Amino acid sequence: MDVDTDQLDAIIEKYNGDRSYMLAMFQDVQRLYRYLPKQAIYHICKRLEVPFSKGYEVATFYKALSLKPRGRHTIHVCLGTACHFRGGPNILEVFERELKIKTGETTKDGNFTVETVNCLGACALAPLVRVDEQDFGKATQALVKKIIDEFRDEVKS
Amino acid sequence: MNITLEQLDTISLRYIDAMSKYSKIIKICCGTGCVSSGALKVYEELKRVLTDRGLIDEVLVKKTGCHGLCERGPIVVLGDEEILYQSVGKRNINEDITALLKTIGENEIVDRLLYQGEDKGKRYISPRDIPFYAGQKRIVLSLNGIIDPEDIEEYISKGGYRALYKALLMEPEEIIEWVEKSGLRGRGGGGFPTGTKWRSCRVAHGDIKYVVANGDEGDPGAFMDRSLMEGNPHSIIEGMIIGGYAIGSNQGFIYVRDEYPLAVNRLIKAIESARSYGLLGKNIFDSGFDFDIKIFRGGGAFVCGESTALMSSIEGKSGEPRAKYIHTVEKGLWEKPTNLNNVETWACVPHIINKGWNWFASIGTPNSKGTKVFSLVGKVKNTGLIEVPMGITLREIIYDLGGGIREDKKFKAVQTGGPSGGCLPEAYLEMPVDFDSLTRLGSMMGSGGMIVMDERNCMVDVARYFLKFLVEESCGKCTPCREGVRRMFEIVNRICNGEGKKGDIQHLEELAHAISLSSLCGLGQSAPNPVLSTIKYFRDEYILHIEDKKCPAGVCKALIKFSIQPDKCTGCMRCAMECPVKCIKGAKKEVHVIDSTLCIKCGTCYDVCRFNAVTIE
Amino acid sequence: MVEFKINGKKVQAEKGEILLDVAKREGHEIPTLCHHEKLGSDGRCRLCVVEIHRGSRRRFVASCLYPVENGIDVYTDSRDVLLIRKTILELLLARCPGSDTIKNLASQYGVFDVRYTKDTDKGKCILCGQCIRACESIVGVSALCMSGKGPEKKVTTPFDEPSEVCIGCGACAVICPTGHIYIEDKDGYRTIWRKKFELARCPKCNRFHAPIEQLEFISKKTGVDMEELLICQNCK
Repeated sequence: MDVDTDQLDAIIEKYNGDRSYMLAMFQDVQRLYRYLPKQAIYHICKRLEVPFSKGYEVATFYKALSLKPRGRHTIHVCLGTACHFRGGPNILEVFERELKIKTGETTKDGNFTVETVNCLGACALAPLVRVDEQDFGKATQALVKKIIDEFRDEVKS
Repeated sequence: MNITLEQLDTISLRYIDAMSKYSKIIKICCGTGCVSSGALKVYEELKRVLTDRGLIDEVLVKKTGCHGLCERGPIVVLGDEEILYQSVGKRNINEDITALLKTIGENEIVDRLLYQGEDKGKRYISPRDIPFYAGQKRIVLSLNGIIDPEDIEEYISKGGYRALYKALLMEPEEIIEWVEKSGLRGRGGGGFPTGTKWRSCRVAHGDIKYVVANGDEGDPGAFMDRSLMEGNPHSIIEGMIIGGYAIGSNQGFIYVRDEYPLAVNRLIKAIESARSYGLLGKNIFDSGFDFDIKIFRGGGAFVCGESTALMSSIEGKSGEPRAKYIHTVEKGLWEKPTNLNNVETWACVPHIINKGWNWFASIGTPNSKGTKVFSLVGKVKNTGLIEVPMGITLREIIYDLGGGIREDKKFKAVQTGGPSGGCLPEAYLEMPVDFDSLTRLGSMMGSGGMIVMDERNCMVDVARYFLKFLVEESCGKCTPCREGVRRMFEIVNRICNGEGKKGDIQHLEELAHAISLSSLCGLGQSAPNPVLSTIKYFRDEYILHIEDKKCPAGVCKALIKFSIQPDKCTGCMRCAMECPVKCIKGAKKEVHVIDSTLCIKCGTCYDVCRFNAVTIE
Repeated sequence: MVEFKINGKKVQAEKGEILLDVAKREGHEIPTLCHHEKLGSDGRCRLCVVEIHRGSRRRFVASCLYPVENGIDVYTDSRDVLLIRKTILELLLARCPGSDTIKNLASQYGVFDVRYTKDTDKGKCILCGQCIRACESIVGVSALCMSGKGPEKKVTTPFDEPSEVCIGCGACAVICPTGHIYIEDKDGYRTIWRKKFELARCPKCNRFHAPIEQLEFISKKTGVDMEELLICQNCK
């Protein structure tokens, strides 16, 4: 995948070329490409004068970063304590079953990626599902199906 | 721009004056919880309707921060804490908006939107009437749900940044003395005396020093810091500037969890407005003191809540902790003296400066001063955030504030301190909650997460849950944590799957002991706590799993079987309809049967049956 | 001058000295794996953990990193210390059942078998990090790093692909305490970390010695001519 080095340079500029913000730069890149391409890590490391290996180390340490392309929509099922005890794992199972993928995988049509997350901080509304930037509290099996339909349609339109 | 005290007063008066022009104020909680329940839609729709009716100049609609009553959201408060409505817009947004207009227009309270308490006959109108709120002592959360967290002028009108002004007229030495005498201890879980930490950092060698706010709240089940960062970001900023001045630092950092995007936004906005008002930047209040704050966003790693891992992350590296034989107050960020405190700790500071150290020290217990914010979740009737004086008992929290156990089931245990803490049984409900009492019992207060469990929670499964969490979140640097915690998980997992062996408990205890002593950081050192505390207080449950292959709570899937009692089944078909794998067969009004070969033991049938016909063996 | 006790015996040390060094000097054996004399330590393996008493306070610290302190009582073979060592060695043996280094060290402490399912995918790597540190500090190219976290953590080159900056010097393989790193010199080529290097032939004895890339690297860094570097160490 080809990356736009001008865009990357703009991101680096945004943080004044400060290597302390490498994680933040990677997160911005991920927002653009829906994952963190190898060339992006390489280019940023070159500009920041950081060894490529160090960039790779950071890229693989943080769960928020993905080295593999993610779907158009990322579904985060919360498995924090409150969500775990209020049916979170069941909700995860329903997503996996309906979308025919396992956690961490992306559907063949590139629509959805299913991930787990350890506590979104809305524990009183367990179990919680976050789709992109939207939160859905007190998730049920019916809600799972609704989410899949709603977001699938969005892609079509 | 150099702000002065007079200007602060002017802003306050101007703000109050501007507010007085409105005849009515409607505050809509827009914390993460309420937003997920649709609060933003309510906000937009209400504004639209008011504009249409030409009332937008008379009625002020405000977004406020997290009340902590997330389960009843969206929460709407009218007037000056006069009326609280719950679940606004959840079922029918148009009806509820009409109801809101009726309330402000005709002063008529719409009963169906009022807070529903335990006592169905009682009307809870004002937030002050609600036991959940009335039992609290809200200091850190005092402005949560009242102010618009994105409006610095409102914060100023409520006394904001006066503590900073006062502090900048004091000597740094005096401020540290006040913090020491107040008895403030770290609110992130460690409980280290804050004044002592500040003092060590102040005297540490070096011209450049840093202050850090830890907003990486990762304990699952805890959302105190989220609520504070979203609902009153300026209180944290004000505390940090005061701390910076006392310690001799001109640069602060706030590290916020990646999973809290709203908190990140609110803090960024707050910092920008503080800068534009001259409360951050050069020569604050013409004191000659410069201070500014940068925000760092986490990358989804729980371990980055550990102070040295957090600092490593700020330095642009992976979040691996390091040994603390040389404290971070001497060598922290980039080897410079660094003072790190939890955001809740920082938020206490302006209150101490404003009201005095002896006021703070008058609350709480001899060794645990002040209040603490807890997130009370799980099987209690009232879940949410509560701020209470230290020393309150577990029973008071769970029964008086929490309203007791849901569905009037039996209390089994309360888990505190997140993955670093432990579970305590009924016998300890009279224990005071503070930094030291729970630690003596093998648990800990921790950052404030409190999960209440009932008879349908399996304590071995609880231990397994926390171990799985820690295996995933371990940074992997040191052998005992990386290798040991996953082996502990393997053993407990076997036990839950009916493959427990004699000697497993002893093995776990020995392994746990070694891990707690030799791990590099707090994550590994406290990883054994959930296992050890459940073995200590619920040993019988472990033995039942290992020797009898039984799970009395009916949770461990390998050990349970769901079946329908023929004499109780009415054939209503509800379970068959809800069953996700359609393994329940039966015609209408006929006894239903579960096909155990297909059953995935999700428990849905048990949860939906209205006749108690489903049994778990 | 810092004065304290090790196993009941009084010892003296300079301020800033590391406990492990002092203990070794005084004849107290403490096993280590991730510590290197020249490279120091990160405190990863925890095998060198000892018990320290200071007043009524009891602590367990990694002796390879702990700066000596006045008045402490250090115990290098207490019951808990031995439990820690046995536990760590058993855990490492379960992780790297094929490592003779670990097997031998474990047997010294009474660990001959493991009570866990043995790993088959970790090789002999105990994640001590010495290879990474050597590549970073001694060689200066930082070809290696850790990837991932938790039990999935491993040492590798970026994307598990041949590293652009690796010069094939083999310092990592030499320093590795368990011999985990694969390095093969065959038919004029060296293979290490999935990268193939052409070996230089010594003009004098005609034998293959170091990778050409490595010599070019040294030439660039030190200014020494390639012609000189092509002569192998034996013939110099």
